[in-house]
Amino acid sequence: MGYSNFLFLKEELSLIAVMVILLVYDIFGSKKSLNYFHPVACVLFLAHTLLNLFPSEASEAFGGMIINTPMGDIVKTILNVGTLIVLLQARNWLHSEAVLIRRGEFYFILFSTLLGMYFMISSGNFLMFFIGLEMASIPTAVLAAYDKYKHDTAEAGAKYILSAAFASGLSLYGISLIYGTTGTLYFADLPAHIDGSTLQIMAFAFFAVGLFFKISLVPFHLWTADVYQGAPTTVTAYLSVISKGAGAFVLMTILYKVFGNLIDEWRTICYALIVLTITVANLFAIRQQNLKRFLAYSSISQAGYILLGVISGNELGMTSLVYYILVYMISNLAIFGVIGIIEHRTGKITINDYNGLYKTNPRLSFVMMLALFSLAGIPPFAGFFSKFFIFAAAAQEGFYVLVLIACLNTIISLYYYLLVVKAMFINKNDTPIETVHSDAYTRISLVACTIGVIALGLISAIYEQLGTFSFGI
Amino acid sequence: MEYTLLILLLPMLTFIGLGLFGMKLRPAVAGCIGTLSLAVTALLAYMTAGQYFLMPRVDGAYEKLLPYNFDWLHFTENLQISLGILLDPISVMMLVVISTVSLMVHIYSMGYMKGERGFQRYYAFLSLFTFSMLGLVVAPNIFQMYIFWELVGVSSYLLIGFYYTKPEAIAASKKAFIVTRFADLGFLLGILLLSFFTGTFDFEALTSGDTSVFSGAAGVTFMGASVMSWALALIFIGGAGKSAMFPLHIWLPDAMEGPTPVSALIHAATMVVAGVFLVARLFPLYIIAAPEVLVGIAYVGAFTSLYAAVVACMQTDIKRVLAFSTISQIGFMMVALGVSGMGGHEGTGYMASMFHLFTHAMFKALLFLCAGAIIHTIGSNEMSRMGGLRKYMPVTHITFLIACLAIAGIPPFSGFFSKDEILSATFSFSPVFGCFMSFVAGLTAFYMFRLYYGIFWGTPAKHEHTPHEAPKSMTIPLMILAIITVFAGFIPFGQFVSSDGQPYTIHLNLGVAIASVVIALIAIGIATYFYKSKCDIPERLLNMFPHFHRAAYHRFYIDEFYLFITKRIIFNCVSRPIAWFDRHVIDGTMNGIAYVTQRASVLIRGLQSGQVQQYAFVFLLGTLLIVLLVVLI
Repeated sequence: MGYSNFLFLKEELSLIAVMVILLVYDIFGSKKSLNYFHPVACVLFLAHTLLNLFPSEASEAFGGMIINTPMGDIVKTILNVGTLIVLLQARNWLHSEAVLIRRGEFYFILFSTLLGMYFMISSGNFLMFFIGLEMASIPTAVLAAYDKYKHDTAEAGAKYILSAAFASGLSLYGISLIYGTTGTLYFADLPAHIDGSTLQIMAFAFFAVGLFFKISLVPFHLWTADVYQGAPTTVTAYLSVISKGAGAFVLMTILYKVFGNLIDEWRTICYALIVLTITVANLFAIRQQNLKRFLAYSSISQAGYILLGVISGNELGMTSLVYYILVYMISNLAIFGVIGIIEHRTGKITINDYNGLYKTNPRLSFVMMLALFSLAGIPPFAGFFSKFFIFAAAAQEGFYVLVLIACLNTIISLYYYLLVVKAMFINKNDTPIETVHSDAYTRISLVACTIGVIALGLISAIYEQLGTFSFGI
Repeated sequence: MEYTLLILLLPMLTFIGLGLFGMKLRPAVAGCIGTLSLAVTALLAYMTAGQYFLMPRVDGAYEKLLPYNFDWLHFTENLQISLGILLDPISVMMLVVISTVSLMVHIYSMGYMKGERGFQRYYAFLSLFTFSMLGLVVAPNIFQMYIFWELVGVSSYLLIGFYYTKPEAIAASKKAFIVTRFADLGFLLGILLLSFFTGTFDFEALTSGDTSVFSGAAGVTFMGASVMSWALALIFIGGAGKSAMFPLHIWLPDAMEGPTPVSALIHAATMVVAGVFLVARLFPLYIIAAPEVLVGIAYVGAFTSLYAAVVACMQTDIKRVLAFSTISQIGFMMVALGVSGMGGHEGTGYMASMFHLFTHAMFKALLFLCAGAIIHTIGSNEMSRMGGLRKYMPVTHITFLIACLAIAGIPPFSGFFSKDEILSATFSFSPVFGCFMSFVAGLTAFYMFRLYYGIFWGTPAKHEHTPHEAPKSMTIPLMILAIITVFAGFIPFGQFVSSDGQPYTIHLNLGVAIASVVIALIAIGIATYFYKSKCDIPERLLNMFPHFHRAAYHRFYIDEFYLFITKRIIFNCVSRPIAWFDRHVIDGTMNGIAYVTQRASVLIRGLQSGQVQQYAFVFLLGTLLIVLLVVLI
């Protein structure tokens, strides 16, 4: 093994470099120079994103521990873009009094979770995968409890770490069973050893639960609402898009690569979970008043839709899954950007508070409306196309009933998304939220998201480009 | 010829600019911007025409050029939709016609629309219309044509309803939109059928004369007619809607509620001939695949021209007379296409139709613009409010007379040449048909001169203020169009446009020419005798046939018939039951589902207790259930 292997970790190494630079800067920078900490962090991360913008060739390193695929690189780029937007939106919160003193660590911890996700995506071995999973989970709990003196936030952190530990435990149990029945943990070797014995199926089920937890499918979703509500809005945004996106992609690649022989079994599981997730999450979402809780259930049901791409098991499924993640990420971040700035300035977070928002904040309401339309899948916004493709992928494999159930559920989701739009534009309010002035960072992020919501659907080249990198079973 | 893209882009950008920022500009500035941009467009169109027609011919015919064609929607290998520009003799000719008339209307409107509310909006819409119409004629495939076809419909709707505070204008714009949309349904079905069986949208492939394109449709029949006949007949229905062929003509007279320059541009010169253009564009296909449809088109055109001419004789609103005259003249063009064959002398009809389209666009625009000048000063459309205007409006008078002579078919005005070609084509198709069309041509001369004398001669009606000649911005376009009308007949049109592209020398059929001129002169004579000075013969004639007069005045109750069908039959027998079903069954089901959803949502909320130990329990339970599920199944 030569050091040249490290070249295949280019993206990971450049992220580590960013982390180290920021850490040193935070510790040794003068008080005055720390004023520039946030822009420097953004620029460094932007540089890192641009440096790794385009996918590289498929490669293997460290004896199969690391497997890079072009599609994985694309997903990493998507995660980078999402993280960058989260970072832009985080400035207000990071500069608030309670957090300012601990600000520097935030970047380091945030990037550690991202690094963990990189390793999850690139892993070629279950151990590598597990390290990545833990690396992504444990710092996330820290992030969720970042405002530790707030009761809700502390509770969110505790709940997250307990649930995550529980899920990891089950997952690790599954992995141990896999090793016990096959004698290997390398993804490349496993398919030949998987013959569908009961023990292996059990092993698979226990393992997969860890990822189901990560992307919060029903019934492994119970932590989601509490954590999303309690965690700082920026962290919630990060949890709902970045870690969910990474989890969904990793789930699919492992199902395709490793458990291709068990396709009937995992299709059954996915089928049940999709129906359960979309329906239950929608039913819960209808009743929510707190916007963050509302978005938690919305994101759970979106995860159900994402799973539709997994179940198809073909190239179209992979393309539409990645595309869906991208579109969902952009739309959701637009909403989080709006509610983040409003929560930060006014402390208001329930749907009723948003009554008459249009009168005082027409632009924010407009951005939020577009994003909600996109999430609900109304043409011509990007969300419509992503839903369409993912339904098409599932229908191609003959899951007509499932697609029908999903379609019916989009009607319910339309109802609750429009409730928010109605509150903003139609409902009357004598004391609406005062006009909120957003800072330049939030503005940039919102403009970028708005453009994304409109353009991602209309520029067919993006989808076609994704299609060239995808693979099926 | 890359600059042809600018011909489309300029009006589009003008529309966007004026539409978004027009209200911030002074009206005159907005008008100038619109007019200037259109002047440049027209200049480019003339350059294109000059360059195109001076190109060396290939095998005796002008080449078809595709300066632009890019893949727009790439669905599969077999199904792609492209956007582009196709230059061939008829599209280049249409570019010239549209940009000329549009430029005249732009200039004219500076005077006519002065002081109107929404002047900037008006110019924005004019630009949109011009853009869509130009896009329609240069479309290289039928799909792009359909897109622009609809855009033309929308801009026509916007312009007819320009005076949106007037209820009649709103009703008229809705009527125009609905009737043409209804016809467009036929067009769309036709396009789908055609492309399904031929596998292409491209005009080039469809009209190349290569019969292998529609081999897929061979042997497929439906209700006794081949599928190609169905497709082409359906496409013609779309054309008939836009071109106001009987019985889809009902929207055009009402469309006169729009500003008069708009009527000149859209409802006389350009949009209404889109149907003729469509048939001409697909002409080789009609000839090869469905000659019987072509004959049908001829009959529809002939009936329409007679019907509209008769109605035009009885109308008293000058714009309506002109509207029916337009319908009648488009009927002539359709007849010419319908009786035409392919190549050489056989193809006279095709050439004549395009020639008439060209000359008609000029003199009918002129007539409408004259009518606009008259309405502008009198403030009414009714003939009874006019009379004796020749002293007050000399320029309008002379130009109107020139246009009347042209449409009546008096040499040497342009209408004579084109109409003569149409008549000789119909005579060579069938003498009976030729006689019929000659009679309609006579009627045309009669009603046009009835109009002319009613406006400019006779006893002047009382006016609140003395009528005056229109301002320069309005009379100059009149004069330009009049000059074109005088000389356009001498253009060797057959050299440029013919059915098979080979140059074709027009030679007058002396017999037909003399006969038609004599008929026209007799008709003009009768009109002169009846209407030049006071005469009671028309009154007596009306009293002799009171029913016929009333029926013709009410346009033979076609509108009433449609109202009966829609209001009485469709609304009562179809819409009401469906509405009931929708309100009670569909809405009821939906409300029921919503209720069940809400209840379910209330019932399951207990699951979310907030206690993490319970979460873990559910988590584990879920895992075990999954394991059981897959292991047991």
